Amino acid sequence: MIKIAVDRDKCQNYAQCVLEAPDVFRLNDDEKLEYTGDAEDDRLADLESAADVCPMQAILITRA
Amino acid sequence: MANQALLIVGASIAGLRTAESARRAGYKGPITFVGAETHRPYNRPPLSKGLLRTHGQGHEDVAFPLRSGLDGVDWVLGAPAVALDRAARIVRDANGRDHQYDALVIATGLSPKPLPIPDHGLGGIRVLRTLEDAVGLREVLTPGTRVVILGSGFIGCEIAATAAHAGAEVSIVTQSRVPLERALGPILGAELLRRHEAHGVRFYCGESLFGVVGDTNVERVILTGGVVLECDVLVVAVGSDPQTSWLQESGLDITDGVLVDSGLRAITTEDDLDRRVVAVGDVARYVNPLFDSIPRRVEHWNLPTETGKRAGQILAVQLAGGDADALAATPFAPLPSFWSDQYDANLLAFGMTYLADRSELVAGTPDTECVTEYFRGENLVGVCGIGMRSAVQSYRSRFVVPVA
Repeated sequence: MIKIAVDRDKCQNYAQCVLEAPDVFRLNDDEKLEYTGDAEDDRLADLESAADVCPMQAILITRA
Repeated sequence: MANQALLIVGASIAGLRTAESARRAGYKGPITFVGAETHRPYNRPPLSKGLLRTHGQGHEDVAFPLRSGLDGVDWVLGAPAVALDRAARIVRDANGRDHQYDALVIATGLSPKPLPIPDHGLGGIRVLRTLEDAVGLREVLTPGTRVVILGSGFIGCEIAATAAHAGAEVSIVTQSRVPLERALGPILGAELLRRHEAHGVRFYCGESLFGVVGDTNVERVILTGGVVLECDVLVVAVGSDPQTSWLQESGLDITDGVLVDSGLRAITTEDDLDRRVVAVGDVARYVNPLFDSIPRRVEHWNLPTETGKRAGQILAVQLAGGDADALAATPFAPLPSFWSDQYDANLLAFGMTYLADRSELVAGTPDTECVTEYFRGENLVGVCGIGMRSAVQSYRSRFVVPVA
């Protein structure tokens, strides 16, 4: 499993991650980021891409 | 192939993404970073925002995490490159050390333009590019400090917002009519002017510096219109130049950055391709078919990642003896994206807004939240929003490479 964590102090809801991994990250109706806390191992490349493109570098991806 | 050596000059986000991408594409050989700064790669945008206002923050707060594939890479830091010899495939650093390569990544980025008039050796004149620049500037942004910022681009405006927040008395001197005029046009520029002024920032638009006066530190700046501003700190934020002085004798085309093909591979002054050399990030000049066929350097944050990913993959194929040309011939059309935080205005943009000849407000109102479209002739070249994230995001699919 892959663990996903977003640092809410850093996140500014720019939603760049949503484009990379829409199955994990999304904007809610208030345009705030929501995400799923874990994902299957085969999602690693997309999740690393999502972490890479975050302007605030707020996303931490770890392999559990 | 195990002895092939990948040399990355510039311990930057672009260099890091290139290395990660090469590893992902199967390159298993040695990787060496040669960096001018003493730090491993870090994220620069917070330097004019969060890190600039948060005392105690340092490299650990902005450093990029290093993926396990980069365990064992060699870091040669505090060692600016001074020369490239492509025939011998050697980069020399300022400490006199030579670095051999089989593939070279040029990721040296930018350096801020200096004060455009003589500074008479005065102290108190600053630029912002590195972590040390930001930490030094943070120390002097104290309540009551008179800060004059030359330039009203993103860096100048973000420093102004941060300095005003810290209680400094802030003035911006700019040749433009409104802040961010070139990047965002008159509509959003006027709104940002309003928001800055509401936070006490004074603007001197259509002005430039005539002179700086002081004993040992800058004390006053004189504008061309005759205005004299008392000044404790003068921040020069009038853009940047590509760091290519070390490539002067390399034979590469370094007219405004390193000219590269669609595979990020360097082109020589003789118009030949050097397949062993790529340039990535702010220093690379390339054609983006989303917009036109003119090679440009584009200084937006997502492009070091986009260029690095592609270059790393192509180099890995090249070093493995594969068909890198075929990969390099596929279209490279990254959509620039950028953002800015100034007070409570969170801007998000896509495209190349500064290519536009007009902008149009299409949703909302600037003083709350809005979306602005940017056109060159009839073509949409960019979009920018204050807030309204979902609406701005929805534009991404509208930027497509025209079918030839």
